Amino acid sequence: MRPEAGRPEAGRGENSAETIPIRTGADVSRVRRSVATAMAVIGASRIETTRMVTAASELARNTLDYGGGGEVLIAVVGRMTRRKVELVFTDHGPGISDMSKALTDGYSTGGGLGLGLSGARRLCKEFEIRSVPGEGTVVKVASWTERP
Amino acid sequence: MTHFLEPNRIPIFQIGDCLLLTIQVDLEDRMIMTLKDDLAERIAKTHAKGVLIDISALDVVDSFIGRMLANISAIARILDAATVIVGMRPAVAITLVELGMSLQGVRTALDVDRGMELIRRESSEGAERLHEA
Amino acid sequence: MPDSTGSNLPGLLSRYQDRILTDWIAAQSEVGVLRADLMREAELRRQSRSFLSHLIAATKNGLNFDIESEQWQDVRDMLTEVTNFRVDHGFTPTETATFILALKQPIFECLRDQYKDDPATLVNEAWSATVLLDKLGLYTNDIYLRGREDIIQRQQQEMLELSTPVVQLWDRIVALPLIGTLDSARAQIVMENLLEAVVESKAEIVIIDITGVPTVDTLVAQHLLKTAAAAKLMGAECIISGIRPQIAQTIVHLGVELPQVATKADLQSAFAHALKRTGVTFSATKPAHTR
Repeated sequence: MRPEAGRPEAGRGENSAETIPIRTGADVSRVRRSVATAMAVIGASRIETTRMVTAASELARNTLDYGGGGEVLIAVVGRMTRRKVELVFTDHGPGISDMSKALTDGYSTGGGLGLGLSGARRLCKEFEIRSVPGEGTVVKVASWTERP
Repeated sequence: MTHFLEPNRIPIFQIGDCLLLTIQVDLEDRMIMTLKDDLAERIAKTHAKGVLIDISALDVVDSFIGRMLANISAIARILDAATVIVGMRPAVAITLVELGMSLQGVRTALDVDRGMELIRRESSEGAERLHEA
Repeated sequence: MPDSTGSNLPGLLSRYQDRILTDWIAAQSEVGVLRADLMREAELRRQSRSFLSHLIAATKNGLNFDIESEQWQDVRDMLTEVTNFRVDHGFTPTETATFILALKQPIFECLRDQYKDDPATLVNEAWSATVLLDKLGLYTNDIYLRGREDIIQRQQQEMLELSTPVVQLWDRIVALPLIGTLDSARAQIVMENLLEAVVESKAEIVIIDITGVPTVDTLVAQHLLKTAAAAKLMGAECIISGIRPQIAQTIVHLGVELPQVATKADLQSAFAHALKRTGVTFSATKPAHTR
């Protein structure tokens, strides 16, 4: 499945993008570290960073456990005052047939707590998901810095 | 048996009748499975009354690690030891709540000292109850 | 030194420096930029003289309209000083920009005297002067806005800090008296400050007193719940006090339940509860006069 909905927006500034494959549990740790670095680049607060890294961890684990592996694109986009970290998780797994159920707290097909998707949605400022059964799933999330 | 020098293994220390483990690294899934096995063995061997898990160095606790902490606590309870999670950071606590994890049934304390206090208090209360009965 | 724009403006400025300065200060007084209520004339005189000499220094090697470039550094610094002075003293943006724009008339008059027989050059030089002074005038506007933004940001920060004091009541007991309306941003900061205070003061019990909060809606109730749940994960207990009767009704009406949180009518009962929880007891001693 191609991540059309999830392509990061182009923006000016010192933007960067990095793709990390998600094949093993160690890759999940790598994703967490890279997201933390990206959040530091946009000057995010500690709590905002923790939220985003935790969401990334949940989504990476979903990609691994339910999507049979995949990859994540980590991008820093936007201009000086409004910079964003965007994450696009892509897998070619079985996909999600019942989206509303998958986004419900406590619903799980993999023996977990079922907090992955619903939890990640609560932790991110932007959350977007597209899935085609038999083709795969793309999840795009974003977080940004608040300027008072 | 020492776990100290083995890489990718979280060391477990014994202080009196408590076991203390400090989680300092970005946890990888394999280490967590090893930890559960190690800890269950140590509790059985030492007859520890309590297990203190210090997570003050952890930046991130996701639902997987949260579940692991709840699991450890449940296993310890069956082996008659109380588990106290100590030193959770504010940002981690907020995130766990937003994630929807309340870690029900898991006891918490501000730091290792307070956690030890909690375990001592509870085990002496337990002993009193036993004495009265 | 040859001039890239072919303008004689730099030479004219230094030749007529004294006359321009006198006329400029007079012009500023005339259009009311000299706010005698806000600044003394001596200060205006000093700023004007200093600006003019920086302007002459910046153009002595030729006129360059790119005021962001290196040779304009001193002029920009001077304008920043002049503008910030006016921001602090309550000038409007128009009054601030007029400091520069009032310089047009004296310069035009010098140009007219100099080139009265050469209308083409007069128009060219007047145009150069206009372009330059407009740029510098607009620059003060930017600085003015930036200064105001800094002030607003600082005040916002100060207000947020002011509005969330954490008070240590006893060993292991802290209180957070909340006053005023809680919006989402403030509730977020209250939550973060409170949890940081739990770490710093090693508090086991936190009393959130909402006597001074006029309304509690679903959002506020949810934030309070979230705070209590997070505090519990860290090993501290939350008590909410100061729940007025109508707020109790609202909470029930909204269908919000507060299962993890002890609620008390006032701070006194909350404190008594907290002392009991931490194992502190008091006993009354006989008043001295009855002995």
